[in-house]
Amino acid sequence: MNIRYFAWVRERVGVEEETIELPPSVVTVADLIGHLKTIDDNHAFAFEDEEAIRVALDQMHVEADAELGDAKEAAFFPPMTGG
Amino acid sequence: MAVEATVRVQAEDFSAQSEMDTLTAGRQDVGALVSFTGLCRNEAGTLAALELEHYPGMAEAELERIASDALKRWPLTGLTVVHRYGKIQPGEQIVLVVAASAHRRAAFEAADFLMDFLKTRAPFWKKEHFVSGKSETWVAAKADDDADAERWIAS
Repeated sequence: MNIRYFAWVRERVGVEEETIELPPSVVTVADLIGHLKTIDDNHAFAFEDEEAIRVALDQMHVEADAELGDAKEAAFFPPMTGG
Repeated sequence: MAVEATVRVQAEDFSAQSEMDTLTAGRQDVGALVSFTGLCRNEAGTLAALELEHYPGMAEAELERIASDALKRWPLTGLTVVHRYGKIQPGEQIVLVVAASAHRRAAFEAADFLMDFLKTRAPFWKKEHFVSGKSETWVAAKADDDADAERWIAS
């Protein structure tokens, strides 16, 4: 799955995007976050406060309990501050 | 005929006047035109620039979704949303919303609604660069903005 990061989440992880092979046990967005946290210290730091992270699957906002289904891209970012 | 919103995400500056002219050109059924322009403040002289990051593709898609909600809610004759990204200096324009309708209430409310949801749903993030050279910081989302958006869900 293609994973993208924005704003301070991107800075903490240290990459803009990456492709990750997911184990079958990863079903929901929350599972995915749990999996990403195990990759390394940077990922663990980025997802330290899960409440502060927003998620989009294939460019649509979703909540942490959403199933990944056949989504091709997940994106993680802080609450939006445009306008 | 169904009204389609014009949505643009761009690095370049925009002209509010020319966007307004586009919504009224050749028409006589527009009785109200409300525009909102968001500018970069200098924060009492401390801010050197704002750096706006966005999620290309999703930013446009989300603005389209918000604009389409507004078109369903109010009888508008036209709607335009322009949002910039990249480095923006104090005094420069960041965002524009223009709503056109036969009557003022729909135009005022649609523009207000657009801005409330744009601020809380559209994937843009602001980083502040300071005059003092102090390290850059990401702007935190405001609870007030969420509350502003929530009031449309209740009504």
